[in-house]
Amino acid sequence: MENLSAGVVMPGCGPLPILRNVSFRVLPGETLGLVGESGSGKSTLALTMMGYLSEGLVKLGGDVHFGGHSMFEAGTGTLQALRGGEICLIPQNAGQSLTPTMTIGQQIDEALMLHTDLSPRERKRQVVELLEQVRMPEPAVIARRHPHALSGGQQQRCAVAMALAGRPRVLLLDEPTTGLDVTTQVHILELLRELAKSRQVAMVFVSHDLGAVARVSDRIAVLYSGELVEIGPSTRILKSPEHPYTRGLLASIPRMDGARVPEVLPGYPPPLAGPRERCAFAPRCSAAKDPCTAGRPALDVRGERYRVRCHFRRDELDDPGSLVRPSTRPRNGVPASSLLEVRNVAITYSRKSLLSRFTGKEDRARVLTVDDVSFTVHRGETIGVVGESGSGKSTILRAIVGLQPPCRGDIRMEGSRPLDDRVDTRPLACKKEIQLVFQNPDSSLNPRKTVAEIISAPLELYFGMERGPARERAAQLLQSVRLTEHYLDRTPGQLSGGEKQRVGIARAFAAEPKLALCDEVTSALDVSVQAAVLDLLSNLQREMGVAYLFVSHDLATVRSVADRVLVLYQGRICETGPVESVFAPPFHPYTGALMRAILEPDPDRRPRVEIKDTVESAPPRQGCPFQRRCPHKPGKICDREAPPAQELANGHRIYCHLSPAILHS
Amino acid sequence: MLKILVRRLVSALFTLAFVAVVVFAVAEALPGDACTAYLGRLAQGERLDNCRASLDLDQPAAKRFVHWARDLAQGDLGNSLKRKKPIEEIVGPRFRNTVILGTVAALIGIPLAIVLGVFAGVYRDKIPDFVISGVSLLAMTIPEFVIATLLIFVFAISFQWFPAVTILPTDAGIREILPNIVLPVITLAFVMTAHILRITRASVIDAMHSEYVKMATLKGVPFRRVVFRHMLPSALLPTINIVALTIAWLLSGVVVIEKVFNYPGLGTLIIQSIFDRDLPLVQAIALMFALIYIAVNLIADLLVILLNPKLRSQVSGEGG
Repeated sequence: MENLSAGVVMPGCGPLPILRNVSFRVLPGETLGLVGESGSGKSTLALTMMGYLSEGLVKLGGDVHFGGHSMFEAGTGTLQALRGGEICLIPQNAGQSLTPTMTIGQQIDEALMLHTDLSPRERKRQVVELLEQVRMPEPAVIARRHPHALSGGQQQRCAVAMALAGRPRVLLLDEPTTGLDVTTQVHILELLRELAKSRQVAMVFVSHDLGAVARVSDRIAVLYSGELVEIGPSTRILKSPEHPYTRGLLASIPRMDGARVPEVLPGYPPPLAGPRERCAFAPRCSAAKDPCTAGRPALDVRGERYRVRCHFRRDELDDPGSLVRPSTRPRNGVPASSLLEVRNVAITYSRKSLLSRFTGKEDRARVLTVDDVSFTVHRGETIGVVGESGSGKSTILRAIVGLQPPCRGDIRMEGSRPLDDRVDTRPLACKKEIQLVFQNPDSSLNPRKTVAEIISAPLELYFGMERGPARERAAQLLQSVRLTEHYLDRTPGQLSGGEKQRVGIARAFAAEPKLALCDEVTSALDVSVQAAVLDLLSNLQREMGVAYLFVSHDLATVRSVADRVLVLYQGRICETGPVESVFAPPFHPYTGALMRAILEPDPDRRPRVEIKDTVESAPPRQGCPFQRRCPHKPGKICDREAPPAQELANGHRIYCHLSPAILHS
Repeated sequence: MLKILVRRLVSALFTLAFVAVVVFAVAEALPGDACTAYLGRLAQGERLDNCRASLDLDQPAAKRFVHWARDLAQGDLGNSLKRKKPIEEIVGPRFRNTVILGTVAALIGIPLAIVLGVFAGVYRDKIPDFVISGVSLLAMTIPEFVIATLLIFVFAISFQWFPAVTILPTDAGIREILPNIVLPVITLAFVMTAHILRITRASVIDAMHSEYVKMATLKGVPFRRVVFRHMLPSALLPTINIVALTIAWLLSGVVVIEKVFNYPGLGTLIIQSIFDRDLPLVQAIALMFALIYIAVNLIADLLVILLNPKLRSQVSGEGG
């Protein structure tokens, strides 16, 4: 159906190609997965397929063919008919891509109006039908809502419904599930798979998430620095990739089957500029030999619809078995003494009503975002905290650092010393012990300060260092996060995402903390960068004996770094214990559902959809927090009584009314 | 919604009280009082004392303020010291004149500003944008009295199309006023258009770069429909507040322009009353200005809440 060959230029200093001679073909009903790291040009590529170039981009050469049309030569009228009709986009961030001032119904109706001949009344019915097809509860109600009144998953479904309105033959999906919870992600992906199958729609699925790509794609194309490096059937690419980049990428993904920090793919992609006379991956390739730097390899046909851009064949490269090298990370022995103790903590964001403030009574109507959470962090260990968005993970961190005082319970350091509720009343030494590494390094580093100033600030504050020594120490710290001292005088704007996160880590470690709180530290990063950051964190832990409270929604990442795990739902603990026990049966029903929803880059693994992806705004008043979504709910008891803690071996605890034997199956 | 309204009204009351105190203090701080201004060179000795006694000016300032505030609370603005008439009677027709001038200028300026702003934003960095943005920058940087003087020079003195100044009785009818205010209206429209235009252009440019406009384009929506259905409703929200500020500015007596054209509005009145040290009149007009600003901004904020689906549902609780 398509034959695409497009190159794009940035004007200015000559042609700066973002895409270089990319060509591939998508057949009807086929799904092509397009993977690559950020900056590899995959989104640009997806948009060129609609004949769309972002502002400032110019086509250098080549063309996109769709049906009988050339997307770059078609007139405005033809393009408007094709876009949204024959070829539809499902955007990365539906929340921002839906027009905020129009209702969902109006927006789907518009697509119908433009691309079908239905009468207004038929269209109205069709809107509801489409919303039903994407399995929206109460489609007629949703149609009257504005986008902001829906959850992320619902917005994404609406975007799918809107794309389907034009009865497309090709669907372009630009990271459609990035940023969604695992359970939501699985729902959307299964929906797309079914739709593609039942309607014979071809899909181009752009994502950096190989797990998601593995689930939906028939074929996979790997994009590196603007060129295709490998394209072929997905089973073949996932199971025995030939290109060293693909192999590195697959190895850098944390897996559920082992507690080890994933392999690190060294280096960074080359700048896009300039002519390319050698293999783009050569500087990072462990198998690079002379021919790699001498000439740019061609896309070599290695089988039926299988091409690889490498000078060497698989058997000519290093032993591919090195991919599954066993863990190098030594597990900590029995942890020494307790460092942080959190006891029966409850946190609420709603303020006390005036009346209850007067009477001093507990306000019954208040919603407790976090309730009855207790755990202990020992010296030098890593506690993983997992749960979907809204499960109270970050709220607990905020309470520990003293930004959000708990309304009940207490938090103690080193067994006895209670921590003040508010950070401004804590003594300096106490602040120093607990440091925070933020989720988003873009917004947590002051863009106007240099790296030296950023890292020196805690040195000056906690150790009273002078400027000169602080700078020297900052350089040392940079070295420990694998950055050279050249970075000292740069500002955050001049750093890549992974580099910024390292600076954030260096800043936290400048205080020489006993406990570092890591709030989704890798979720904004590419897998290969994530692997590097995880590796760094575990090395620092070994060297400095710091304990981590590692919050993440990504179970595989937690699996690879944590010693013990807390599973949270609606601010209540569901399950806790050593990582090996929590990640193996028996599961709490919620943990089980999360585990089975995980997508891994393994074509043989099928995720299971067990629970609805409905978002609960508040926990139930009484009983088990998970009662409304539980797939194994035994009966009324769950609505009335809080589930008891069931003690299993090794401090593994499950809060559920069901017996471990039942949970095991 | 009601809660917001009540909260805003209460805070408006505090603002007004604060303004009253400040205005009173400032007027007190001016050298001289109504009697010295009125009597001029004769202001000394017994004559001055008598005059002050008759106007209660011999009382301590704090006491006078309490009196004034008490009367104000009962709806009595008091009498003008100079004109010896109730203030309502003096301010009323002047305010009407200011409203006429402001309304005409707003009716011309606001639509013009929005249309040009949208146009410049949509065709950003193309020739129409350069022309529109250039002229509006000029209009913002040149002081309004310079523009007014230029207009007078060209159209009143060289061409003699319009009168240079308005020579009208304060209570002239609208039909008489309109032909006389062409030049002040042009000046006002010119200045206000520039401000609104810049804000409109900036927010249109923002919206044109948004993901939802890109999405609409990729949905095959024709360009004009993208602009009118998808982009404008969100892009125009920020302009509501700046339009409100402009209206408040127009209604609270555009002092300089009224003075240049000698227009019998509130602006010329407050200048005159300051010269006369006519304290109750100054206070009354200043309070009125404050009231206008508060009212217009409150209306704008409520309008933004009504028009923005996101804020609307936060207030009424539709969905999350």
